[in-house]
Amino acid sequence: MRGFLPDCDIRVPGSLAEALGLLSAEPGVWTPFAGGTDLMVVYNAGRLKATRFLDLSRLAELRGIAEEGASLAFGSLTSFSEIREHRAVHQHFPNLVKSARATGALAIQNRGTLGGNIVNASPAADTPPSLLAYGAELELVSLRGRRRVAYDRFHLGYKQMDLAPDELVARILVPMPEGRSFHYFRKVGTRQAQAISKVCLAAHARVADGCVAELRIGLGSVAPAPVRARNAEAALIGKPVAELPLLAARAALLGDMSPIDDIRASAHYRSVVTQNVLGHMLRELASV
Amino acid sequence: MADRITLVMNLNGEERSVQVHPFARLLDVLREDLRLTGTKEGCGEGECGACTVLVDGQVVNSCLVPAIQVQGAEVITVEGLARGGELSPLQAAFVAHNGAQCGFCTPGMLVAATDLLHRCPHPTDDEVRDGLAGNLCRCTGYSKILDAVQTVANGGSSK
Amino acid sequence: MIGASAHRKEGRAKVMGTAIYTDDKFVPNALHGVTVRSQVPRGILKGIHFGEGIPWAEFTIVTAADIPGKNLVASVVHDQPFLVGIGEAITHMEQPILLLAHPDRHLAEKARLAVSLEVEELPAILDIQASLDLEQVIYGTHNLLKEIRIQKGDPATVWERAAHVIEGEYFTGAQEQMYLETNAMVAVVEEKDAQTWVTVWGSLQCPYYVHGALKQLFGLPEERVRVVAMEMGGAFGGKEDYPSVNGGHAALLAWKSGRPVKLIYDREEDLACTTKRHPSRSRLKTAFDAEGMLLALETDFVLDGGAYATMSPVVLSRGAIHAAGLYRCPHVKVHARAVATNTPPPGAFRGFGAPQSLFAMERHMDVCARKLGLDPVELRRKNFLRMGDTMATGQVIREDLDLGGLMDRALAEIGYHDKRAAHAITNQGEGPIKRGLGFSVFMHGCGFTGSGESYLASVAGVEGLADGTVSILAASTEMGQGKNTVFSQIVAEALKVPFDMVDVAEVDTDRVPNSGPTVASRSTMMVGRILEDAAIGFKQALVQQGFLQEPYTADAFRAAVARAVESLGSVKCYGQYHRPPNIIWNDSTYQGDAYPTYSWACYAAEVAVDLDTYEVKVEDFVAVQEVGRVVNPRLAAGQVEGGVAQGIGWGLWEEVTTKQGRMINNQMTNYIIPTSADLPRIKVVFLENAHPAGPGGAKGIGELPMDGPAPALVNALEAALGPLRLDEVPMTPERLMARCEEVANG
Repeated sequence: MRGFLPDCDIRVPGSLAEALGLLSAEPGVWTPFAGGTDLMVVYNAGRLKATRFLDLSRLAELRGIAEEGASLAFGSLTSFSEIREHRAVHQHFPNLVKSARATGALAIQNRGTLGGNIVNASPAADTPPSLLAYGAELELVSLRGRRRVAYDRFHLGYKQMDLAPDELVARILVPMPEGRSFHYFRKVGTRQAQAISKVCLAAHARVADGCVAELRIGLGSVAPAPVRARNAEAALIGKPVAELPLLAARAALLGDMSPIDDIRASAHYRSVVTQNVLGHMLRELASV
Repeated sequence: MADRITLVMNLNGEERSVQVHPFARLLDVLREDLRLTGTKEGCGEGECGACTVLVDGQVVNSCLVPAIQVQGAEVITVEGLARGGELSPLQAAFVAHNGAQCGFCTPGMLVAATDLLHRCPHPTDDEVRDGLAGNLCRCTGYSKILDAVQTVANGGSSK
Repeated sequence: MIGASAHRKEGRAKVMGTAIYTDDKFVPNALHGVTVRSQVPRGILKGIHFGEGIPWAEFTIVTAADIPGKNLVASVVHDQPFLVGIGEAITHMEQPILLLAHPDRHLAEKARLAVSLEVEELPAILDIQASLDLEQVIYGTHNLLKEIRIQKGDPATVWERAAHVIEGEYFTGAQEQMYLETNAMVAVVEEKDAQTWVTVWGSLQCPYYVHGALKQLFGLPEERVRVVAMEMGGAFGGKEDYPSVNGGHAALLAWKSGRPVKLIYDREEDLACTTKRHPSRSRLKTAFDAEGMLLALETDFVLDGGAYATMSPVVLSRGAIHAAGLYRCPHVKVHARAVATNTPPPGAFRGFGAPQSLFAMERHMDVCARKLGLDPVELRRKNFLRMGDTMATGQVIREDLDLGGLMDRALAEIGYHDKRAAHAITNQGEGPIKRGLGFSVFMHGCGFTGSGESYLASVAGVEGLADGTVSILAASTEMGQGKNTVFSQIVAEALKVPFDMVDVAEVDTDRVPNSGPTVASRSTMMVGRILEDAAIGFKQALVQQGFLQEPYTADAFRAAVARAVESLGSVKCYGQYHRPPNIIWNDSTYQGDAYPTYSWACYAAEVAVDLDTYEVKVEDFVAVQEVGRVVNPRLAAGQVEGGVAQGIGWGLWEEVTTKQGRMINNQMTNYIIPTSADLPRIKVVFLENAHPAGPGGAKGIGELPMDGPAPALVNALEAALGPLRLDEVPMTPERLMARCEEVANG
């Protein structure tokens, strides 16, 4: 254990307002802390710069999964286990269930939160590709008020987000698909469980009159942040599912990725396998 | 920088109170402050599961939980699985099936398996594998652990 | 009792969480030790600087200049310093330079980072080829830690006349033992009667290795050094030689501070600086006649031995002896070298050189079968060793060996022929999943190589206790393999008493004799046999001295022991290793009986490859072995299953990624060992064939299961995908993709 405990402090605000007050009074000083499944790993390794933490885990305002109009709203403290077990999530967002199951193992899923997964901003996180595929929106809150940001505009670069130092992610709103639609999620990790993604692809499509009417594809581990595969989407939208332009879509996908070599996989592997997984997804889409 | 707190928790069925740094890891509180050394540290990064304990009925990696987050919680460690010196059915099955070899993953594995059978009393092999995937074992290849868990799930007759 | 699946002796303590591992030991007033390591692969240490902001006066600081005895770790070769002194050579990135201890472990860690080293850097050698090319001379005159040649006949006379000559080059990577408990030591040094007394409690396989290292480090006679083995959270060879280093470090800090010291590595440090399996390169050249009979075999086997010799000479020896596999071959030449590099020294890991050379040989046999147009089953069958054949060292097979039957059993268990036929059809389909079956046939020598057991001359004993039960006195340690249980079964059988009347004494060098290191698949067969002798001697002594009459009941035996202890004070009987008369070995020529016997096995694997992701799933695995009489079938099966799991990991996923010779994926999240979701149920079959050298006919089993999985898996990959350059493990998805692209790109 390499973190230096004597330097650390953690506060437990009694309400969301109190938490926001602290963030506003000392912007950048307090690091929001929920399940700890990312921060504690870095702390234990002695590589965490932050030393002052704001424990959000007891804030009821940030909990719960509820229908709100045409969307399902997830409190940012929603754990992966809650996602795994929630009926409405199973019904509307099977990719999110798969993402949650693919994140760490059970002990991580019990503690890790959806909001934490988003603001930790790891390019290899497993729920962001699904959130991108479902067109999620984030509700951010600060003493200045609430605002909404489309999730696909939230990540600005490696660990850079459209999130001010005094803001918290309050809720994640995901529009519920109407009628039947196509859901695809695939994670390629270093092993079958308890793995960090080398490649992750989530897709959601609606088919009308034999053609791809709507399609969103979210990618993980192939760019500095989770990204939409807009080029690949464009190559496929409007095309008949019986004759999907696989090669064109693969080629377009290259424009969506900027993978790197790291200790888990090579850039080349990530690029080729993401294309192959796209191919797999299209075969499934064609067979629906 | 932070003042110590009085941490109160229900630990293995007993009310315990201890003065700790609020950001101290639950693992260290258990091992060092309360001298319950059954819970092990295998990695300190939430990967191996040797430090698995139950907090309010959920498995967690105690190396990733700051003390203040278990204020008022119910915590169960491997030491809380046997009752009055009598092994729990899973503990007995681990002995009978050689589910523990070096024994270092065993405390966490038993806590995770206890939770698994609580949630899912009759799991398939795949459900056991999924339920225990956060608990790494380097000795057994997991077969004997699966045998032990399935024996208990199927009514406890040790072969 | 032998042949029964007795429950693990220490099982209850392990499941209750009451078993005491080293870091669980409560040590009042202890300091926490940390190690400052070099951060360059090669250089000369010029100075040590202590940074600001740390209350250095509160710290115990140990440098090389403090060392009271010899600053060399006692090992096969005494070449590794405990700490590097000013003006001395730094030879790898993780080399210990100095030691710090403080009551606050957080502060100790902070202080570690505040030390800076002034080093004159020198160019480093980081891989086998650079070492062989003598780009820099970093060890001796030729960078050789050890060189071995084994010759039988002369392959040079065969190449010209052979119908087929087939060459191949194979590589294996480093592998981390990844015992769940990191290396850990507690030390206390007391000054009594103007003399120094050193005690170390630790996670260690070989108490007398650490004992020897401490004697040399402090310049003390043996009675003033005491080593106690705590409960051990796995080892697999990783706690064979390294504990001599960190045990010495803990003791130095305790000696200088006058206080107890805990030196517990965290996972990152343990992964980066402790020993691994040696990386290897094998070049094989084989000649066959027109029918596929093996005529000649020449192998050039090279291990990357790291910066110091550590166990490399003996790892190399075992690798060299296993390099020709279990085939009859009239002309064999083995040239084996362990070369020095500026990397943290590798060491012992289950298999000890044999997995490396056997991977090459068993992979090569499949490559040869394809080139010869023969089925890999039939090529092997033609060439298996049989009774009366000689191995490369000239060792004659004296047992009625039926390797063909062993192989057939494994192939039948996995459904080899039916599945191969089915795969041939399904693999024609368009889907990305391709399946294949592969296997390997191999052996593992039991006990120390060559004259090792004679040099060790191990001693073990049994002692009667006041309550009439019997305690086993041996320095063999329990690391999860089941030594406590198996020894108790062997002694209970010899004494004809119930299992629960026998237990093992704490492994404390003040109490137990030197039964040798707990390594080399030797505990059951070698130490077990000594214990069997000791137990029989113990019983005879009770009878001769009138305490016991045969036949006897358990109660009568218990009463007799209690009476004997009461009247004599202490009742012990020791046994010692005796070289069997027909075992002869020549260390200088590498000729003779390399091992008293071998365990034999055939492992078969079925894999499914996803050509979208190049992920490999092991769908079925069968392990058939002949290991003599099995003392405890359930524990033995556990050994095989665990060894196979490690072998699968090494074959497919476990990769040590380095930069400047230092492991950079030194976290459990980035070094990928199998989880419960990654492995199939492993089917284990024992073919029992009692061997006279072992207790009750038992042979060794601990390492054997590490040897077979990697070649079986890679052979299965070739069966699934067709001919590819599958010459290396781990065959990670990235590597497999690259090999497939080689073919696609011509």
